[in-house]
Amino acid sequence: MDLDAVAEWSRLVVSAAVIVYLTAWLAFCAEAGTLSRARRTAAAAQEHERELVTAGSHGAGAGATSVSDDAVEPGHAHPSGEVEQQAERMGRIGRVVLIAATVVLAIGVSMRGLGTERMPWGNMYEFSITGALVASVVFLGLARTAAGRAVAVWAVLLVFITLGAAVTVLYVPPGPLQPALESYWLVIHVGMAVVAFGLFTVSAVISALQIVAERSAKRGAVHGFGASLPPERTLDRLAYRLTAVGFPIWTFGPLILGAVWAEVSWGRFWGWDPKEVWALITWLAYAAYLHARATAGWKGSKASVVALIAYATVLFSYFGVNIFFNGLHSYGGL
Amino acid sequence: MSTKTRAPALKPVEFGRWIWRQLTSMRIALMLLFLLAVAAIPGSVLPQSDIDPVAVSAFRARNPELSEWYDRLGMFDVYSAPWFAAIYLALMVSLVGCILPRTWQHWKAMRSEPPRAPRRLSRMPAYRQVEVDATPDEVLALARAELRSRRFKLAADRGDGAVSAEAGRLRETGNVLFHLCLVVVLLAVAGGGLFGYRANVLIPEGSGFTNQVIQFDSLSAGPMFDQSDLPPFSLDLESFEMDFIESGPQQGTADHYEATVRFVPEPGAEPRTETIRVNEPLEVDGSLIHIINPGYAPAFTVRDADGTILAEGPVAFLPQDDNFTSTGVVKVQVPPEDGDDLGIEAVFYPTAVLDEKGPRSVFPAPRNPAVFLTAYHGDLGLDDGRPESVFRLDLERMQQFEGENGEPYRKALSVGDTAELPNGSYITFDGYVTWANFQISRNSGKEIALVGAVVAVLGLMGSLYLRRRRVWVRAAVGEQGRTVVEVAGLHRAENSAGDQLTDEVGAVTDGLMLRLNGSEQDRES
Repeated sequence: MDLDAVAEWSRLVVSAAVIVYLTAWLAFCAEAGTLSRARRTAAAAQEHERELVTAGSHGAGAGATSVSDDAVEPGHAHPSGEVEQQAERMGRIGRVVLIAATVVLAIGVSMRGLGTERMPWGNMYEFSITGALVASVVFLGLARTAAGRAVAVWAVLLVFITLGAAVTVLYVPPGPLQPALESYWLVIHVGMAVVAFGLFTVSAVISALQIVAERSAKRGAVHGFGASLPPERTLDRLAYRLTAVGFPIWTFGPLILGAVWAEVSWGRFWGWDPKEVWALITWLAYAAYLHARATAGWKGSKASVVALIAYATVLFSYFGVNIFFNGLHSYGGL
Repeated sequence: MSTKTRAPALKPVEFGRWIWRQLTSMRIALMLLFLLAVAAIPGSVLPQSDIDPVAVSAFRARNPELSEWYDRLGMFDVYSAPWFAAIYLALMVSLVGCILPRTWQHWKAMRSEPPRAPRRLSRMPAYRQVEVDATPDEVLALARAELRSRRFKLAADRGDGAVSAEAGRLRETGNVLFHLCLVVVLLAVAGGGLFGYRANVLIPEGSGFTNQVIQFDSLSAGPMFDQSDLPPFSLDLESFEMDFIESGPQQGTADHYEATVRFVPEPGAEPRTETIRVNEPLEVDGSLIHIINPGYAPAFTVRDADGTILAEGPVAFLPQDDNFTSTGVVKVQVPPEDGDDLGIEAVFYPTAVLDEKGPRSVFPAPRNPAVFLTAYHGDLGLDDGRPESVFRLDLERMQQFEGENGEPYRKALSVGDTAELPNGSYITFDGYVTWANFQISRNSGKEIALVGAVVAVLGLMGSLYLRRRRVWVRAAVGEQGRTVVEVAGLHRAENSAGDQLTDEVGAVTDGLMLRLNGSEQDRES
């Protein structure tokens, strides 16, 4: 079979993965929705009971307050138990579908790599699908913890959007690389950038949720989206850990090895090319985040805001520089 | 009110100390990091004169008034502007001022012993208690062995019935190492900039050059660069091949560039043949020779009406698009007594196609090479001492020839064709060669910077992944006559998770119990 055809077919496989991710997303949404209904019902039931007690002592009727009487059956000890089971089932379905989606995406990415006979990160399309795969794998690892599952809805949505953009706007037909890219440096320099990109992406989702969770905890909210999240400290630590893995990778792959390759390819290790500048800006922003977490008065949601700013610079280093600037790194294929 | 609460004015020394404390505080470091990141942005948005001087002049032409302001602010040289330097120097001072005291503190901490066990171990974040039959001294001896096997540093026996141990001190070592290495990298880069140089020279196939400043088309060098440092090699470009992708969606994209050169390391030395490719520069005594960009040099012969050759040979043309449509000029200086100078302006098409859209090139390889030219006569201005471009005619004192119908003179030539100019001279398009623009550069200090950067990352990983924590084991005879063993843990690092510490304290306890059981069995047998 023609290799180019394999690479072309990979687009269809990746598109199929988009659909599977959508299914996983819907399942996770259903889980979150069901759980929140269960919490509301439980809260309402508590309220109901309390009012029944007070109403009983005053000898008045209780019918006026039973708003959710279709869910709360009389004499049922745990009115939301069944609903919770339903939510858990949804969550399980979501996880299984997510594994399936990751496998389908991995097949699509591998086909692209096999078809072009190189590592699948030679242009923006390939970088995006591989980055989405990394994020997806990181996320599968996280989904074993309760905190990881809580970010499911959002992480999957981000993967879904990235892939959607990749197969439509960013798509480039398979082909060989420019002479400057035909180097084993591409494998590690860009490869590490993809991995760091995936880690930073998942970490950013968690940082955003940390802010929401902290706000809602401060307000003392008992239901609503914020209350459904894991404790803000757990989210904070999780986001930090992912960044702590991503940051040295970013330092080593994009920055240090990038400088080494630039010396080999262009004769200077640092030339203030837009991509270099933005990789440095990203590095500085994440350094600021790591320092913020160790500074009194900057912990919690303030540090998370710094993390989100840092992630914005990641996105700009990747999309913005390729789209707006015409530097030495113009390989994106746009 | 404010007059009441205002503190007395600071003496200069106190003020200096206050400034120093502020500068070396984490909050200021954080701000400086952000400031540096923001300050780097304009350099990526606006053209920079040391990266793309052509784009800078184009920008100046488009926005003359704005450019004046940008010049005042150094916006075209952001990375060498004083305000940019001020930020990174402040950051470096802050870094050094913060890290040196910490290094000293850490040095002392590394040599000190883990502290005594707190009185109430049960208050520590991780705590386990077991009762055993062994005596307290036996338990403590085995606890020491267990903790040592887990690579804890142990305090000397204080005779207080407890063992103090600490692990993960390398976390701070890594932190200090990372920051110190950053300083090393910055100094290496800055110092290297003083001695380094970068030169460009364009060589058509069949020509060569010797590595001297006078032969370079352009040179940028640090203030400490010495011309005598240049390796005394010379080099002839024997052939320069360009391959392009022939078909498919990326048709026309460069696939491969390869220069074969005859290389003479120093005058009188044996020449040897070398190849230079993209990503595979030639290294000579710490200087690197790179292919930067390629192009075509069409060759012309210009004769006067009598057939005397006025000019001949290949002339480098500059590519204008991906299909190597290239423009250039031929300047023919004629002695004033023999008439006007001649100037030829031409476009070279490697694969020429002429259709309703006009002439153009449809492929970068020379499948159907052709030149379209027009000609001028007058004074080229070569003798007036002004700098002039080899790629453009100065048309101030030149007139364009007119064709038979009164329109500007134009001709299209294929390889081997000759055209007669209206003044009776002839121009022949003999063919073409390729050219390559070589860069000769030396990046001093790069080895130091690289080692510094790699050590910095190792230190960074140590500071991110190691956890500093203390474990205490206390053994005492309890009320029932059995020995009560308490194991407690305390983490020092900000980011360690409590459950990890609990797990570790549990593991230490379990390991201790295993050892106790093992030693009991030994005694029984």
